[in-house]
Amino acid sequence: MIPVLLILIPLISGFAGFFIRNGNGAKKWSLFSSVITLLVSIAGLSIYNGKAYLNFDAEWLTGLGSRFSVSLDGLSQILSLLTAISFPVIFISTYRNEYKNAKNFYALMLLSQAGLMGVFVATDALLFYFFWELALIPVYFLSSQWGGEKRIQATFKFFIYTFTGSLLMLVGIIYLYTQTPNHSFSLDSFYSLHSKITGATQGWLFWLFFIAFAIKMPIFPFHTWQPDTYEQSPTAVTMVLSGIMVKMGLFGVIRWLAPVLPIGTWAWGDTASALCIIGMIYASLIAMQQDDLKRLVAYSSIAHIGLMCLAIFATTKIGMQGVMIQMFNHGINIIGLWVVVNLIERQFHTRKISELGGLAQKAPALAILLVIVALANVALPLTNAFVGEFLMFSGIYNSVATTYNVVFTVTAGVCIILSAVYMLNMIQKVFYGNTNELTQNAKDIYPNEKIILAVLVIIIIAIGVFPQPILELTKNVVDSIVTKMNYKT
Amino acid sequence: MSKLVYLVPLFPLIGFLINGLFRKSLSKSLTGIIGCGTILASFIVSLTIFSDTRKAGFDTVIVKLFDFINVDKLQIPFSFQVDQLSILFLLIITGVGFLIHLYSTSYMHDEENEHYARYFSYLNLFVFSMLILVLGANYVIMFIGWEGVGLCSYLLIGYWFKNTQYDDAAKKAFIMNRIGDLGFLIAVFWMINQFGSVNFAEVFAKAPGTSVGILTGITLLLFVGATGKSAQIPLYTWLPDAMAGPTPVSALIHAATMVTAGIYMIARSNVMYTLSPISQTVVAIIGLATAFFAATIALKQNDIKKVLAYSTVSQLGYMFLGLGVGAYTGAVFHVMTHAFFKALLFLGAGSVIHALHEQDIRKMGALKKFMPITHITFLLACLAIAGIPPFSGFFSKDEILAAAYARNPIYFVVGVITALMTAFYMFRLYATTFLGNFRGTREQEHHLHESPSAITIPLIILAILAVIAGFVGIPQVFAKDAHILHNFLSPIFEKSESLKQTPELSNSMELTLMAISVAVALIGTIYAWRKFSNNPELDEPQGLAKILSNKWYVDELYEAMILRPINAFGKFLNDVFEKSIVDGIVNGVGRTIQYGSRQLRLLQSGQVGGYVLMMVLGIVILFVIQIILKK
Repeated sequence: MIPVLLILIPLISGFAGFFIRNGNGAKKWSLFSSVITLLVSIAGLSIYNGKAYLNFDAEWLTGLGSRFSVSLDGLSQILSLLTAISFPVIFISTYRNEYKNAKNFYALMLLSQAGLMGVFVATDALLFYFFWELALIPVYFLSSQWGGEKRIQATFKFFIYTFTGSLLMLVGIIYLYTQTPNHSFSLDSFYSLHSKITGATQGWLFWLFFIAFAIKMPIFPFHTWQPDTYEQSPTAVTMVLSGIMVKMGLFGVIRWLAPVLPIGTWAWGDTASALCIIGMIYASLIAMQQDDLKRLVAYSSIAHIGLMCLAIFATTKIGMQGVMIQMFNHGINIIGLWVVVNLIERQFHTRKISELGGLAQKAPALAILLVIVALANVALPLTNAFVGEFLMFSGIYNSVATTYNVVFTVTAGVCIILSAVYMLNMIQKVFYGNTNELTQNAKDIYPNEKIILAVLVIIIIAIGVFPQPILELTKNVVDSIVTKMNYKT
Repeated sequence: MSKLVYLVPLFPLIGFLINGLFRKSLSKSLTGIIGCGTILASFIVSLTIFSDTRKAGFDTVIVKLFDFINVDKLQIPFSFQVDQLSILFLLIITGVGFLIHLYSTSYMHDEENEHYARYFSYLNLFVFSMLILVLGANYVIMFIGWEGVGLCSYLLIGYWFKNTQYDDAAKKAFIMNRIGDLGFLIAVFWMINQFGSVNFAEVFAKAPGTSVGILTGITLLLFVGATGKSAQIPLYTWLPDAMAGPTPVSALIHAATMVTAGIYMIARSNVMYTLSPISQTVVAIIGLATAFFAATIALKQNDIKKVLAYSTVSQLGYMFLGLGVGAYTGAVFHVMTHAFFKALLFLGAGSVIHALHEQDIRKMGALKKFMPITHITFLLACLAIAGIPPFSGFFSKDEILAAAYARNPIYFVVGVITALMTAFYMFRLYATTFLGNFRGTREQEHHLHESPSAITIPLIILAILAVIAGFVGIPQVFAKDAHILHNFLSPIFEKSESLKQTPELSNSMELTLMAISVAVALIGTIYAWRKFSNNPELDEPQGLAKILSNKWYVDELYEAMILRPINAFGKFLNDVFEKSIVDGIVNGVGRTIQYGSRQLRLLQSGQVGGYVLMMVLGIVILFVIQIILKK
């Protein structure tokens, strides 16, 4: 029942949102809805976490062999929790932003939340594909209607990219469906295919799925939609895109690619890993050159996602545990960064690093909270990201799926240094030094923003010090997926 | 009592939180009491634990707080290890740390309330991180403290954040440390692969059965981490720049925390190092080279703190030399004596800077008569660092040099030349600052006075320690079994001692070596004293001296060889590759499709004549193809 509620609450309240008269009411309505979703998600973790609550299965497109089956395992729990936490955080932190046609804006946001929840809980391939598109379509509208000056161009690029990816994936899904003995789209019947499909076929199927997911993450060289889209979208939408939607790509690889096509993954893992690493270094070097805060965060995100994808292909339990916890952490941390970017942009009407400076004198609370979030972003110990990165790197180093494990670890490790360079540069130029004309009358943050950032900081440190409960949550699913990935001919 | 060891880092953590969170509402005196009181409490707890460890039959105590990471077969508990090595470091950190905190209450008194509290909260966090580093019972907990001190140095060096240059220095410290940290991390991953554990007990138990190649790899990577944290070649350049922070912070970084982390880590891992001779040689040579090289730079520096900074780099080099030749006790001994005299030197320098608001020694002189306590304590510290008996530095340095001779006489020769330079530049500093005529302004002279007691009391306590601390390590040649420190630490190093193959020196040989190093130290001291007490070096340096005063242009070299190429490459990727090539291809594909469809659209003009023409053309082409194919 819980997974159905996670989809239905935002879906219904989203549709209802279109009919609310004033924008302020829509704002409150969506915040209310997202808080209810969060409570349901927490209930699913703590109280109603028995099998009966976490699985749901019903007739859907029976003629096609597709059922409406959803379930919450560790992987979907952690990602639906991330989604459930993110939306209230996004709504509260951007509460002072004003949008034209606010009711439509908020309704679309909720619809995309419903789609995201669906993606993470679906255990039927067609249903998964349905939610995949449901999550994306509202975002196209949000970016193209409420974005910056070059929004049409950016959204068009985003659309072409993701649409291409979706099509490739659809072809892959249909092919796999035709191979199932009982003509079913269910996850289990897909998992049973690994020994029936030859290595060569798994090879090209791997690329159909991988390109689709790589575009979403994004992985070099499929990434150029991302900085433009992040830059041009309204920050609330950027938060959804970067905090949660990129996880769709990683999630896809973990649930629908690697365990379904283990031989293809095994064969092409090194190539995909190489792309991840090139992308990590590439994005880090470019991040160092950015003057626009949004583009800087966008490129840093490419580097972080690349590491997660790399750790998936390492095919170790340690690394996969790291990916699980890091998917959550990355969402929290990057939303924290966007909150700060949003506050800066709203106050100074610029995101140019070179035009800012000295903010620490005027806005000490903002400075302190940002520094902590930034330190989490560079994976300092006792912040959440350290646990994730440490486990991922150990997984990559101890991988038996590749003979290049040491090379991968060391080259990817360079990004640990580079991330410190661009984050500290940013802190220095925006917050330290002397104030200028623009920043000399800067104000510190409002209480609602302070509380949201403080909550994020508490999550960052709590997970950084006590990561074990989250690691326990994903333990079983990691075991089963890594075991499936280790299938060899 | 050892079970309560978690209290030791807990107090500074509480101090950090209180001072950090309530920095706007706390008064200065309350801030100071919280800041100093928490460290004092830690020191007292450490003392009681220390008395436990002195009892007969004491064995290592592991205090497990909770499971930090428990994944698959990898278990990393959040646990602390109490043994002779960690307790010794606890005493140094909290003891010297407390004196520095006390000193700071006066030194930083002109800061605004809010920033004063911010300063103390950072200082407490620094001590907390360092305590985690030495208490951790495995490499991951150690790494938490390891990066934690890097962060705190970043925060404190950039404490006056309005100054962009200081921010640069802070950033440089963090990033250089991060480079080293990557080496440390990779070593940890390798250990997980090799030993399936990162706990000290398991790693050291399994090390003897491991191939030398693997141990060499792990220990060298760990050493990369040490070069970052403990400022050795090639990652030392951040430490002299770290002078940007308030002077007590320099004392904390150079004496009680941070830079000794690398020494501690290698002393902790002594079994692995003893088992890999190549790593030992590398550690010894890098240490010796750094000691020598930094000493040459110190000869020509005119900023009082810069001279001290390079002397730290140089003294750390000695400690690594000691570790490299297997004199683990000697290295730890030198950490201890160095903590006393270097803290004293920095705090003394701070006292001078506080009084004069000037750091250039060329504009000082004759401070002896204005600041008697600062003067006498500074002189004692100089004697200690120069290695003049019976001051503390003599004992610890001599132990390292004797062990170096036993391994390789060339080590000893270079070490003694460095000792000569050390004595020379320290007394150049002393004579220029405290002797001769006052060269500052009238205004300065008018305000010159001895510092208040919150500053002079720590100076006096440290001076006493700098004088007498050497007697815990009286060499074998003078008295049998009088080396208290050696006996105390023997459980930590006994495994390495049993593996060591270096021949013991004869008593007469050891006395000869001692005589040589004392003679050299005396020559340097007396020469510098006579040379600079009345005619300080005021001219701009020429030739080699100019190269030295510019620090061998190493910063410029790094800038040209590493920073600029990386930046240029990043710029190329951003401006050219990303925009024209990667994005260009994508946009090109998009444009081709759009262009193609636009052209195709033209064909559907709606004019029937056009369609007929196309049809006829098509039929003709089909005919032609058919004819060709039939032939």
